[in-house]
Amino acid sequence: MAGGAGTIGGLALLLVAAPLGAVAWRAGGLALSPADLAALRFTLLQAALSALVSVGLAVPVARALARRRFPGRALLITVMGAPFLLPVIVAILGLLAIFGRGGVLNTALAAAGLPVLSVYGLQGVVLAHVFLNLPLATRMILQGWQAIPAERFRLAASLGFTPADSFRHLERPMLIQILPGAAATVFAICLTSFAVALVLGGGPRATTLELAIYQAVRFEFDLRHAAGLALVQTALGGLATLAAWALARRAGFGAGLDRALPLAAPGGWRQGVDGAVLALAAAFLLAPLAAILASGAPGLLQLPDQVWPAAVRSVAVALVSALMTVGVALVLAEARAAGRLGWVELAAMLPLATSGLVLGTGLFLIVQPFVPPMILALPVTVLVNMLLSLPFAYRLILPEAQALQADYGRLAAALGLVGLARLRLLTLPRLARPLGFAAGLAAALSMGDLGVIALFAGEREATLPLVVQRLAAAYRNEAAAGTALLLVGLSFALFWAFDAGGRRAAA
Amino acid sequence: MRGDAVLQLDHLVIAQDAFRLSADWQVPAGARVALIGPSGAGKSTLLAAIAGFLAPVSGRILWQGRDLAPLPPGARPLSVLFQDQNLFPHLTVAQNLGLGLRPDLRLSPDERARVAAALERVGLDGLGARRPAELSGGQMARAALARVLLRARPLLLLDEPFAALGPALKADMLALVAEVAARTGATLLMVTHDPTDARAICDLAVLVAEGRAEPPRPPTALFAERPPALADYLGPAMQ
Amino acid sequence: MRLSLAACLTCLAPAAMADTPVLTVLTYDSFTSEWGPGPAVEKAFEASCGCDLVFVPAGDGAALLARLQLEGAASDADVVLGLDTGLTAAAAATGLFAPHGQPAATTLPVPYDDPLFLPYDWGWFAFVYDKTKVPTPPASFADLAAGSLKVVIQDPRSSTPGLGLLLWVKEAYGEGAAEIWQALADNVVTVTPGWSEAYGLFLAGEADMVLSYSTSPAYHRIAEADDTKDWAQFSEGHYLQVEVSGLLAGSDQPDLAKAFLAFTQSPDFQSVIPQTNWMYPAADIALPEGFETARPEKSLLMPADRAGAIRDLAVTEWQAALAR
Repeated sequence: MAGGAGTIGGLALLLVAAPLGAVAWRAGGLALSPADLAALRFTLLQAALSALVSVGLAVPVARALARRRFPGRALLITVMGAPFLLPVIVAILGLLAIFGRGGVLNTALAAAGLPVLSVYGLQGVVLAHVFLNLPLATRMILQGWQAIPAERFRLAASLGFTPADSFRHLERPMLIQILPGAAATVFAICLTSFAVALVLGGGPRATTLELAIYQAVRFEFDLRHAAGLALVQTALGGLATLAAWALARRAGFGAGLDRALPLAAPGGWRQGVDGAVLALAAAFLLAPLAAILASGAPGLLQLPDQVWPAAVRSVAVALVSALMTVGVALVLAEARAAGRLGWVELAAMLPLATSGLVLGTGLFLIVQPFVPPMILALPVTVLVNMLLSLPFAYRLILPEAQALQADYGRLAAALGLVGLARLRLLTLPRLARPLGFAAGLAAALSMGDLGVIALFAGEREATLPLVVQRLAAAYRNEAAAGTALLLVGLSFALFWAFDAGGRRAAA
Repeated sequence: MRGDAVLQLDHLVIAQDAFRLSADWQVPAGARVALIGPSGAGKSTLLAAIAGFLAPVSGRILWQGRDLAPLPPGARPLSVLFQDQNLFPHLTVAQNLGLGLRPDLRLSPDERARVAAALERVGLDGLGARRPAELSGGQMARAALARVLLRARPLLLLDEPFAALGPALKADMLALVAEVAARTGATLLMVTHDPTDARAICDLAVLVAEGRAEPPRPPTALFAERPPALADYLGPAMQ
Repeated sequence: MRLSLAACLTCLAPAAMADTPVLTVLTYDSFTSEWGPGPAVEKAFEASCGCDLVFVPAGDGAALLARLQLEGAASDADVVLGLDTGLTAAAAATGLFAPHGQPAATTLPVPYDDPLFLPYDWGWFAFVYDKTKVPTPPASFADLAAGSLKVVIQDPRSSTPGLGLLLWVKEAYGEGAAEIWQALADNVVTVTPGWSEAYGLFLAGEADMVLSYSTSPAYHRIAEADDTKDWAQFSEGHYLQVEVSGLLAGSDQPDLAKAFLAFTQSPDFQSVIPQTNWMYPAADIALPEGFETARPEKSLLMPADRAGAIRDLAVTEWQAALAR
């Protein structure tokens, strides 16, 4: 097992490092220019702000979801996860329909005679990143709350804990454990921001490292510069991972008996606050989704025939990627939970900060001398999708794998419950919830991803995102919006199927 | 009952963080040994080392002359009952027992019958389909003991699994342990805080204190001699 | 993964097994798409060439050049189709191209004769607006900068229209380009990575005008029967985008490749262009009903080597002006 996890972790690291190395080797070195400092500064600023705001807002939302029971709660949790699954450009258009110059908000402000707000600038970048990442942060923190055994809350109730006492003794230790990882994850995602930063940042003020990499590869064909920038970006992601690692401590709540006890749900003003938090979060996350739905619906009637084979291809790639992602993430998380191989944490987190363009370019350089890249379009897509969703899957599975190890590791070992039997009887049933969620996330992310395939794509291997782009490039905006809606719908259906499957298996 | 030495701790030294414990003694086959000593003295740590969760710093743990070091916990000739978490909450009681026969739970009809029989023997007949959360504390302890019965390993390690039970129930369980040990001919090592428990079912006692686990001797002799470490632990009011 | 690899190999098999020669054309993605010229061009050329024409799509025009530079002389491609005049200097510098030997294209509004690169279509960059929302469009960059209309443009660091705009301003204003960019800064709502994002934002109502082509309104008129879009005629003149193809010196099918370049000038190829690429054909053929006939008074085009030489400086100037 340790050997297998080591090998898999090593391969994941290699998949990050080899393309970068290939680019640097081809270029004969690395280079940075003084102008990169501004890009670095802006990248760090927006990523740090986005991480802080996302995680800060996710705490009250997750708490309200954890301790309140109301009709439609499960549905709300699922639907609120949707923004994270949106292709970036679709998300941007949805946000602009609400917050843009001609959006609902500014129309209302103007009608009320108030000054309109501009979304373009740092505020817009952070707004979009929070929109995209609040769902992920909320789910990570909600899982933390759910991982506190009900017995602990029962004990708290029996000791007459006030909500403040519960916070100090139960919730704060859990948050100290969960928040650094959640913040590091959002930070690393935002490090590679390109389209969001450019479109909503309002122009060259908002130049990120990833844009500088685009410029270096596309216009200057300066691979030394691209490799240098990519190394900086990946190193920042690695530092964020290490920082999260150093900050997070195991909360050590011990095991519970799976007794279904609702969390204490304090009444009074706290109930009102929880209600307001949920209403605001739902409105913020769902209004742009509604706008996407409204703008895409007419286009659904004019979907071209080419959409269907592309949809089948995308779903197939997503399913294979999702299963691979969860398998790899589980092996790495279990090895880490067993206290072995601390470095797999890096292997599992570094892909977050990897430049998609450098990854694709490097793989192209590696593959091209041996086979025509077109032949490998789909396998490379699957592999890259797996790599890029691995960090999320790992983050989601790790805390529960650690809890599983702490609570039942010795019992399982004492009974000789190892290998496949352990997987089937202990790991899968106990981790069904995070595994289902992670698989859903990986599948949906894989549906929406375009990045790397562009260099490898052949005539006939179009996936759904590529069809959306082709329609938009041919002025067919309505059909593009309709196809994008179909893409979002399929992503969401895949996500829902895995997530619900995991929750049912866990129940 | 008493046979040749089966369990031997050969110049054993174990350590966890700043804590160190040494032991150099052996236990005859079929013995029932109480590990007694102050809280934090290392009783559970010693059991963890024997069970294979903690590698010795030096020395060896031998079973019938064979070094246990290369064996993972599940492959060692022993069963262990922890202070808690002896049952998986997502599996039924019968499944939890079945793990004692085949960890992959692919049980034959015969093995299923043995699970049912074990349940009956510990007084849990008919409760096989329940989840642990639906059992009382005493019932959970019985279920865990039933699995020990099924595993039928020659060494049984008890890390105070009944500490949470009431006195009468605990006495019942200890009697059941004695019965199970007798039935399977197992050698028993149990951690306890309570001299009464030690006297009730054990024929040997090991004092664990001040970084050392003393060689076993009859409990009556140990309590009569009352070495200073034991006296501190038992307190002046006792005896 | 094995399944998809197998499926993929099967789909390539017919081409690989047949004895017919294969002509590989490296182009941008939207050329090959079902809504681009690719399918009709492939059908027409294969009807006469006795060959298999394979388009290899590689992102957009800029990605195309990067792809070529990555592959270098090892490239399997015989022809590259879809570079524009902002990129030809860099493309020529790779030394990978061979002379095409075709006569110069006839319909361009400025003389264009490059031994390595043969135009197959062209158009004028222009700011497109909605006539119902902007009754009096600006008549020049200066006019635009003085007014309060909002525009969305593309980033010159990631898109060819963005680079075209940069060269347009530079060609029109020379040393004064930085100044006009500073004046334009408050008109620029935002900058997008590529053309389709910018056009999407414009259609969604985020900006009054978008940097596109003078032929863009024709799409809405012909394909959507929507006559509300028009382009603003600028007195400084309009910069040209000329899309070209070229022969790769390393081609293993040089005769077929030359035949294809000649084919790009034929009516079979050229008649597909206006309503798929929405650009002007390079050869003299009849334009479809409703196609854009209004022309700018003045056309601008920098020589390729000058465009290549000033590009980095112009980008820096643009960044500095808009970063304020």
